[in-house]
Parts: sequence; C-alpha cells; structure tokens
Amino acid sequence: MKLSVMINEGPYQHQAADSAYQFTKAALEKGHEIFRVFFYHDGVNVATRFGVPPQDDRNITVLWSELAKEHNLDLVVCVAAAQRRGILDADEAKRHGKDGNNIAPGFRISGLGQLIEAGIQSDRLVVFGD
Amino acid sequence: MEPWEEEEGPVKKFMYVNRKVPYGTIYALESLEVVLIAAAFDQDVTLVFIDDGVYQLMKGQDTTGIGMKNFSPTYRALEGYDIEKLYVEKESLESRGLTPDDLVVDVEVKTRSELADLMEEQDVVLSF
Repeated sequence: MKLSVMINEGPYQHQAADSAYQFTKAALEKGHEIFRVFFYHDGVNVATRFGVPPQDDRNITVLWSELAKEHNLDLVVCVAAAQRRGILDADEAKRHGKDGNNIAPGFRISGLGQLIEAGIQSDRLVVFGD
Repeated sequence: MEPWEEEEGPVKKFMYVNRKVPYGTIYALESLEVVLIAAAFDQDVTLVFIDDGVYQLMKGQDTTGIGMKNFSPTYRALEGYDIEKLYVEKESLESRGLTPDDLVVDVEVKTRSELADLMEEQDVVLSF
C-alpha cells in the first residue's frame, strides 16, 4: 500500500512524532511504500537539528533523519507553519535576513500543496496528533 | 492532447473536521490555511464543524483584547474558492445554545449520525 503520514504535534511535548516514527518504520518493514511524511502545526519542530535531549533519551529528529536516509523518505515541513516557529533552511534564512538556519538532514521545507498531493496520491493518509 | 490542455487528475473526497475553539490554540487558523490551499487542487472539499469547532463560525468575534487577528471573516470568503459544503453538527450547536443565525456563513446543519455517514464516504479526513 502507498501511505503518507502527517504529524501535527511537537516532539517530546506529545507522542505523535514518536508514534508516527514507529508506524512509518513498521510500515516500511512490512513492505509498504511511504510516499511522503508531512510535518504541520508544532510538528514542524521535529525538523530542528538544534535539539539536545538528555543522552539517555531518544533524539526524535535524529531518528527521522536516519530513517529518511535509509529509505530515501520525503520529509516535508510546511513552510508557513515553519516560518512562524523559526524552522529555517539556508534559503529561507537568507530570504528573511536571519543569521542562521536549523533544518536537520533529510528534511525539506515546502508548501501545503505537498500535503494535499500526498492525500491525492496515497492510498491512505495517516494523521498523528490530537 | 494539446499542451495547453491540462490533464484531469484524480478527484478525491477531502473532509476537514474542525473541532476546536478559534483562539487559544492555532489549530483552527492553520486548518483554514490548509483549506485555502486545498481549494486550488480541484478536489471534492467538505468542511465540518463539530464540538467547540462551531465557535469558529460565531458572529461578532472581537479579538482586540487578546492581541490576535480575528480571522472569522475568512470563512465568508470560502464561497469564492468554490468551497460550498459547510456542515455544522446539530448536537454541537444545541448543546452550546447556538442556532445557524449565530454563524457568519450559511451552513447546513446535520446530525451526528448523518455526519458519520458522510465521513464514511471520504477518501481523506483531516481533523483539526
């Protein structure tokens, strides 16, 4: 089955990003295709590479980056939601005159059209959040 | 096919379920942002307002005291985006002492069980 995943809550504050990760990993192991993973609302905060959780805790961002690298996943962060919350790639930082960017490897910033397209192209869009 | 003719893509049924108060959290505002983008995709769009989500459509919203933008006029613009299927749950309205006259847009009132049937028909349900 072709699946897409949407994450609507922030990391650590809420389990959505963890559950979505476990789901995505399990789906891939079962041979399903993941068309796209879309981060929205506070879910965009998963994409910062500046998080420093305690050493005995999981690093949700790194888990996603590694999974993306291993399976060539398309991790998309909503640009409008990201801008509000200070998640920037190099281009966005330059465009808005910010002195740095914080996007983690394997994530890309794009528009909400990517979410709608995921809904159209996938057999199921699975949403994680409240 | 000529290059200026656009290929007809698949049309799916998208339902946006709005469940939360308009202010206090960002869900309602960012849900509306998704709906406005979705309008450009020529899909079959339905908006549903249930639970505290019915407050998103209340007339006379005044946000001056909380320093946030009153975005309720945007719901009136949805018609211009060809988004015309707006449903409000009967039980949610009644339990809050509201009637369709209290809302900024014309809506169709549906019962919980009618909405459940409608939900069953959808390809994609996004809940905010």
